[in-house]
Amino acid sequence: MIKITYLLINWGLCMRVRKKAFLVMLSLLMSSSIMAAERGQVLADSCLSCHAGVDRNATIINLSQYPSSAIVSQMKAFRDGTREGTVMTRHAKGYTDEDIAQLAKYIGIQGK
Amino acid sequence: MSMNRRQFMVAAAGAACLPLVGCSSKSEQQHVVVVGGGFGGSAVAKYLKKYQPSLSVTLIEPKTTHVTCPGSNWHLADLVSMEQITFTYEGLKKRGIRVIHDSVTAIDDQKHQVTLASGQTLVFNKLVVSPGIDFNWGAIEGVTQENADKIPHAWQAGPQTLLLKKQIENMKQGGTFVMIAPPNPYRCPPGPYERVGMVAQYFKKHNPKAKIIVLDPKDKFSKQGLFAQAWQDLYDDMVEWTGLNDGGKVTKVDVSSMTVYAEAGEIQADVINAIPPQKAGALAFTAGLTDGTGFCPVNPTTFESTLKKDIYVIGDAAVAGAMPKSAHSAVSHAKMTAAAIVNALTGKDDFPTINANTCYSLVSDNYAISIVGVYSVQEGKIAEIKGAGGVSPAKADSDFRAMEAVYAKGWYSSITQDVWGS
Repeated sequence: MIKITYLLINWGLCMRVRKKAFLVMLSLLMSSSIMAAERGQVLADSCLSCHAGVDRNATIINLSQYPSSAIVSQMKAFRDGTREGTVMTRHAKGYTDEDIAQLAKYIGIQGK
Repeated sequence: MSMNRRQFMVAAAGAACLPLVGCSSKSEQQHVVVVGGGFGGSAVAKYLKKYQPSLSVTLIEPKTTHVTCPGSNWHLADLVSMEQITFTYEGLKKRGIRVIHDSVTAIDDQKHQVTLASGQTLVFNKLVVSPGIDFNWGAIEGVTQENADKIPHAWQAGPQTLLLKKQIENMKQGGTFVMIAPPNPYRCPPGPYERVGMVAQYFKKHNPKAKIIVLDPKDKFSKQGLFAQAWQDLYDDMVEWTGLNDGGKVTKVDVSSMTVYAEAGEIQADVINAIPPQKAGALAFTAGLTDGTGFCPVNPTTFESTLKKDIYVIGDAAVAGAMPKSAHSAVSHAKMTAAAIVNALTGKDDFPTINANTCYSLVSDNYAISIVGVYSVQEGKIAEIKGAGGVSPAKADSDFRAMEAVYAKGWYSSITQDVWGS
């Protein structure tokens, strides 16, 4: 790690990179860490097979504009039989409370 | 910002170290090669890049566009154009994925190298193979590759879809359409029966006295009760299905006289849609990824081949336990596999996840039925989670069927956007 730190500093100074360019590089490096696959992310991405539509044929709700808390409550409602549906009642029964909490961190508007 | 340049550099470099820990200490960029640009291959390329943007990802696919099998039955009933079910790889290119339109001639798992028809070689850290299906020609006498331009399978969408559509349009009034259904396992279990509904919808409008005969080497099929009810309700007696017990197994087709020889007897046909038995795509065989089943055994948590290290097989070619061979399954495998590869390359542990499948089938433009499966790894195999999944209710009103038809089209719109959209 020390070697890499040294190399990065050295590279930054030697190449006389501008701060902005260095920030871009930094964000790229950081994003590779941030984006590493977590279980909740993979569970949430599974929802996108049906819930990512954007064109005029997108007849299934796009969950990116949906409050995260509602995803939790509606998944449980479909699962527990308090909300009727077509396929969602059958999907939701495969998920535990923990699964739902994990996936909701990666889909919908967070904090709402 | 009040930080001076030197302070900034030290802080930045310190922070930047974190993601490098656990990565390969080699200076070269890690490279994942994906072979096959259908649903599985395209989705795994996209999600590898999403989960690790610094990863170098190359997709190899001979064709410059992909015509999806889902939706191709709908084309037979004039519900969608071919353009609407054709996708380019521009969306993937915009995500930084290198797309090479060529075919793979050899895979060397020892050298971690693939060779392309052009002679170019690519070295990989991990390889994902998503070759789809190939056909067991010769299982039925007369159902051969050479005859596919006369008795189309249309089980790989594109020119075969157009050929079958043309034959349906040109069939004489009151003629007979014979479908030879495939044995298990095959791509898209409800697909042949969705096709029956779409052909029936076309005939009801343009050739109302036509007959549809399905000869099946199986005794039961996906969503059978729902399909049978819908055919009766929507198309009266136009559709006649004969299963194995009633002599539905076909032994021979004489293409010159258009005669189908089934155990139940001979049938004179005007159009024959012969869907042959299936196996993994040819590349899976040349790469030594298949077992005695003709498909590819994989680790159920990562989809890494159990036969070749660092090579992953997804989609229809994989033996994925209880999951059906479908586009939705392939995309589910792809997301799970992308995560497993990124975890392996960054030194993290695998985690068990949940796979899902949804297959909608249109029986008419405004009548659809669905099947759902939710899966986890249980006792070393991908198995259905008990209590979840299942088919549309047997007793549902026309509004429910119409709503599922709306969602069928929405599913198609979303999953193609998810995989090929920009």
